[in-house]
Parts: sequence; structure tokens; C-alpha cells
Amino acid sequence: MSLDTVSLSGRKKEVSNKKMTFWESLYLVAIAKGLVITIRHLFKRKVTIKYPEQKREFSPVYRGQHMLMRDDEGRERCTACGLCALSCPAEAITMKAEERKPEEKHLYREEKYASIYEINMLRCIFCGLCEEACPKQAIYLTKSKVIVKSNSNREDFIYGKDKLVMPLEMAIQNTNQNKAS
Amino acid sequence: MKVTIDGHEIEVEPGTTILQAARMIGGESVPPAMCYYSKLKGSGGKCRCCLVEVSKGSDANPTPMPKLMASCVTGVMDGMEVKSISSPRVQEARKSVTEFLLINHPLDCPVCDQAGECDLQNLSFNHGKSETRFIEEKRTFEPENIGENIQLHMNRCILCYRCVMTADQLTDGRVHGVVNRGDHSQISTCISKAIDNEFSGNMIDVCPVGALTDKTFRFKSRVWFNKPFNAHRDCDKCCGKTTVWMFGNEIQRVTARKDEYHEVEEFICNSCRFDHKDVNDWVIEGPRKFEKFSVINQNNYTRKLDKVTIETEKQILLGRDQDRKKISMVEVPLKNTENSKS
Repeated sequence: MSLDTVSLSGRKKEVSNKKMTFWESLYLVAIAKGLVITIRHLFKRKVTIKYPEQKREFSPVYRGQHMLMRDDEGRERCTACGLCALSCPAEAITMKAEERKPEEKHLYREEKYASIYEINMLRCIFCGLCEEACPKQAIYLTKSKVIVKSNSNREDFIYGKDKLVMPLEMAIQNTNQNKAS
Repeated sequence: MKVTIDGHEIEVEPGTTILQAARMIGGESVPPAMCYYSKLKGSGGKCRCCLVEVSKGSDANPTPMPKLMASCVTGVMDGMEVKSISSPRVQEARKSVTEFLLINHPLDCPVCDQAGECDLQNLSFNHGKSETRFIEEKRTFEPENIGENIQLHMNRCILCYRCVMTADQLTDGRVHGVVNRGDHSQISTCISKAIDNEFSGNMIDVCPVGALTDKTFRFKSRVWFNKPFNAHRDCDKCCGKTTVWMFGNEIQRVTARKDEYHEVEEFICNSCRFDHKDVNDWVIEGPRKFEKFSVINQNNYTRKLDKVTIETEKQILLGRDQDRKKISMVEVPLKNTENSKS
């Protein structure tokens, strides 16, 4: 058998070149068939939602905007070790470390903290490698449950610590929850 | 004298230690060493990382040595046969020694400036377990200020005595030693006397862990974000041959040149190390070589990358001028706007 006659996919069809009959050449039957398909879809369940009013539920592993976590005492966990920036394949993360002063002990968990921590959301591909690399469990993409908003200005996509650090109210809420359980 | 290490035969001078012979062979059979330092007299024999099995004492007396021997202080005998990596006993011993060394070592690596070039980190990566069995409280010390340029973290110290020997042998009039005994022993400048000797900075290079670190580099960057370059300058106190660690066009740290066993090739003086951070002070020879799988290799390009010029319209390659400004890390000013590596 030659390759021309073998159907490798099993779906090979011979193309015929036969003439259409009179009824077929009127296309009436074909049009009716097509309309039935169209009308049937009107009664099916819609696959789209009206987005800004309605929102889909996030999957628990959905990766959205990053969040820099606080611990039970509300201190920032990040120590600016640079492993997230190192693991980032898009090189979206930059940071600058600073030494903690004695009076800032309630703000930062470790001796060193990130004074500047910036993620370029235009570069970020939301792969979650930063989350995986973090030794201090400081950065999560699953906790904020926020999608990065669209914007018309490049500068606005550089998210600093003001946008990334977990809000204090959320930290207090988490602590209370942990105490209760 | 002929000695066989892991099946590799080598001819060495009498008086060579097993570790030195293994280093002449190189490769996998070189035992790790935390306290031994070939440039310092009397170092070695403390950390027990370099334990090897001597399966045949010598030609004259072929009985094997019953215990594992510290290879850094055991001299070779003619016809000696040594098993280093090929012996399961040695592997087991190294694992246990690593566990012992890590008992009092804090899990500080994300904060520590030594991370990435730390001997203990490498040792525990190669031989350690990822969990600890130690449930008691770790030994901690009050932080102590030992001067302008050197930061002491006593908690991280593994008591290898390298820095004490450096202070003893390189500098005159030692003000830096070990006080107390046993679990309480502590590296200290006796009664907090600042170390102001011209060669005291070499303790930083000699320290296998992050117990002694450079204060001028403290928390500036991580080791793997810097590019090491060989550089030299005319110095009337030392050889002036150093490695400068650069970030963009900025010299962030100056260290002595270290060989593959992280031992300093030539000691350098404090003014080279701490006071000359300007690029114009140095003649840069070229990028420094490091191991292929070193973490320093991350994000580094040792080849000199010339800018490719493509004949096309300017805006296509570089974008509009108003879009080319620095948008990330605005608070950290660029020194050279054209070289926008930040």
C-alpha cells in the first residue's frame, strides 16, 4: 500500500466531484439546516457573563496580583533576600534592602527589610516562581484575589510597597481568626 | 611518597597532609574544609569536616586506621590508601558533622550577606539534611560592635579560629580572640577594642560563614547580583590585587582574590578593601572566573557583550524618548542615564 491510500489519522475522506442535483443546487435544505443550528444556540446556556457586574469565582490556585504578607504580629515578612528577583524569569522584581532600626522592631520581622520593593506588572508573567522561591513565605499570588487592573500609563504598572503589602486590617483579621481557631 | 586517594595515585613530598594531596588530585575526592586554611599556620583539626577513612596505613604497616582521620592534620605515609568520597562511613560522618555545625547556626541565610559564597551553606547543601532534629534553643549572643568596618554576628560563628589566626599571624598586637570555653566560647575583641590594624579586614575573607562581614557592603546587594572583576591598583601596603564586585558601574565591595577552595590568594589591606570604592581607583583586568554552577553565575554574563548596532530608524529599536525614562526604582537615582542598568 502506498502512503497516498493510507489514512494516518483515520479521518481521511475521499473528495468526490459529483454534480449537485437540482434540489441541492437550490440550497434550501442547507439553509434550513444552518438556521436550525443557529436557533438552537439561542436556547442554550450562555458561556459569557456580564463582567464588571458579574464576576467569576477565583480558583483557589488562581495567580493574580502579588501580596507581600505580614505575620501574626503584623510585621512584614519580606527580608529583601532577593531570591524572588533571582528566580523571576521576566526580571520584573527589583528591591532595595535596608537595615532595621531598633525602634522599628514592630514593623519588620527580621534585621533586614525591603525599603523599596517594586514589581513591574507589564513584565510579570504570573508564573508564581517568586512565590516558590521565597524562603520567608512573604510573597503570594493567591492571597490578594485581585486581578491587576488595566491602565493607560506605563508608570502606573510599577507596583510599589504601597500596593503590594498586605493591608493592616487584613492582617488583624487573620490574627483574630488564627486566635479563634 | 606515593599515596592513593579514592583510587587516584599521586606522588607527594614527605610532610604533605592528606587534604593537600587530595587537593593536588582535585575533583570530587577533595574533602570539604571549614577550619583548615592553607595560608594560615596551625589552622585545621577543629571542624572535623574533612574526615577520611585510611584503609591502609602505609607500606610498612598496612593495617587500616580504626577511626576516621582529620585529613587536614594527618600527614601522608608511603603507600597510604585513603578513601574519601568512596567510603560510606565518610559520607555518614560528614552528614553528622554538618548536623553538628548547624546546631547553633541560625537559619539566617536570607538576611546574611555571606549567602551565596558561604562554605557552610555549600557544605550543608552537599551533605546536610533539609530538616533539623535539634529542638532546644540555639545559642545566642548579645550583638557587639567591633568597629567601623567589620560586622560581627557571633550567633553565626562556628568557632573555626581562622580569624584569630589571621589576627595573630598577619597583624601585630592582636586585640581579637576567643573568650570563654566550650559552648560559651565567643569571638571577641578583648573588651570591645575596635580592630584598627591595617590588615584586619582579611578576617572577613577568611571567615567561612557570615560571622564577620563587611560593614561597607552590609545589605547593599546580594552576592549573586554582583559581577566580580579582577582589578588592581598601586598600593604601598599590600599587593593591590583584588576582586571588585560591581553592580552596574558601581563598586559595591572589594575582596581579595579567592581560589577554588575559597582561600585568599594574597591578603589585601584595609584601605584597598574599605576606602577605594571608586571605579577610577582601579585598573580592571577582566571578569573573574567562577564555578559553572555557582550561584554567582546567576544573572551574570562573563563575556563582554558589545552593543549590536542595527541600521534602522531610531524609534523602532529604542522607542520614543519620553518612554525611555527610568520607571522602576525611581527613588534610586541613576548615575548614568544612558547606561540604564539598575
